[in-house]
Amino acid sequence: MSASLAERARSGDRRALARLLTEVENRTTAGEQALRALYPLAGRAHLVGVTGAPGSGKSTLVAALTGKARAAGRAVAVIAIDPSSPITGGAILGDRVRMQIHATDSDVFIRSMASRGHAGGLAASTVAAAAVMDAAGFGLIFIETVGTGQSEVEVAAIADTTVVVQAPDMGDEVQAIKAGLLEVADIVVVNKSDRPGADRAAAQLTVGAHSDRAAGDRPRPKRPEVLLASALTGAGVPELLGALDRREAVHRAAGADGGDAALKRAEAQISGILAQRVAAQLREPARAAQRATTLAAVAAHEIDPFSAADRLLELLRADRAED
Amino acid sequence: MTDRPLKVLIAKPGLDGHDRGAKVLARGLRDEGFEVIYTGLRQTPEMVVSAALQEDVDVVGLSILSGAHMTLLPKICAGLREQGMDDVLVTAGGIIPDDDIPALEQAGVSRVFGPGTTIREVAEFIRANVKRREV
Repeated sequence: MSASLAERARSGDRRALARLLTEVENRTTAGEQALRALYPLAGRAHLVGVTGAPGSGKSTLVAALTGKARAAGRAVAVIAIDPSSPITGGAILGDRVRMQIHATDSDVFIRSMASRGHAGGLAASTVAAAAVMDAAGFGLIFIETVGTGQSEVEVAAIADTTVVVQAPDMGDEVQAIKAGLLEVADIVVVNKSDRPGADRAAAQLTVGAHSDRAAGDRPRPKRPEVLLASALTGAGVPELLGALDRREAVHRAAGADGGDAALKRAEAQISGILAQRVAAQLREPARAAQRATTLAAVAAHEIDPFSAADRLLELLRADRAED
Repeated sequence: MTDRPLKVLIAKPGLDGHDRGAKVLARGLRDEGFEVIYTGLRQTPEMVVSAALQEDVDVVGLSILSGAHMTLLPKICAGLREQGMDDVLVTAGGIIPDDDIPALEQAGVSRVFGPGTTIREVAEFIRANVKRREV
């Protein structure tokens, strides 16, 4: 049944695509099977991560970029993530409010995701959802993170291109030279450029983005382009889309393996799945007693958490050897 | 998976600008553990149907105070059916005269909640009536 769901999603059936995304988001067996079938067909889209503080204008900017891309006839998908309550598990997913102008365009597909306890600005199934949209034929996919602080940099590990959205008056030069989010940006956009202070913010960010060339072999922060835009008036939006397209061309030129971004994304996905699989195996009833004893021993400070993890890994390995 | 959070679309079809009730409900359902997609003011029936489809929601909650409910709500129900989403639970709230309720139920609205309804009542109605969907 899920194979046909995947096929229907591929052939443009939006209802099937939506259903499939639910399966993937809920990490069902059907979702996993569909992903296995679809993954080889993905890898063609440009995945653009859009991140920045709450209220910096990410959703409005994504809507404006989507409008420009649609004017050029391109199909656009958006994954918009908002936080889940750590208390109740509930969420308000409000990013569509800014994007409703595209609601009835069948070549724009917008999907909200709750973070469901995942830290880092994304949901655990975000990359998988993007792969499904990619396989369904969307060439440009925006991944809008939850409103971030200074260090939710996970999006940079899964996107081809990372855009950090700033608003004017978000702080002085010291903010602009702090480590974290700004270091992982390919493009920094000072949004709301119709407001006072935007030029000064852009100048400070440009200065902050310049790093010492004599760093030797150590890993180096990126040197982002700094652009001004106003999602409200549309100023700077075509230039931003142009900058994204240039980035995409660079990725294409990087070769069949998609370059560093694709490798990082592969690593992020596999690490996530490995962690899930290990956790799931440890939760199996046959191992419940051993797991509970180990947890209790750590809670009582009788053994340290490293030894406990090693012990549990050893347990899984021994069980596998018996099979 | 039965323990996944239920997804609810809260939408305001039509032209009235009073979204306090919709926002209070969205917030309240969040606290009840639902994932609430809020789409804002002045939605056409087509926009509501399209958002429900893309988000694959379990429930569509419509808030309407303009008096246009007899036109807009049946259109939304019909649009959902056309898209194969007859398993989506549709509820409505706002200012809707009692005399109109039978016709709205006939059109596909499962429940009309009037002023004074508590969040808890809405949440319990949803949990009791949402359809467990097969893919």
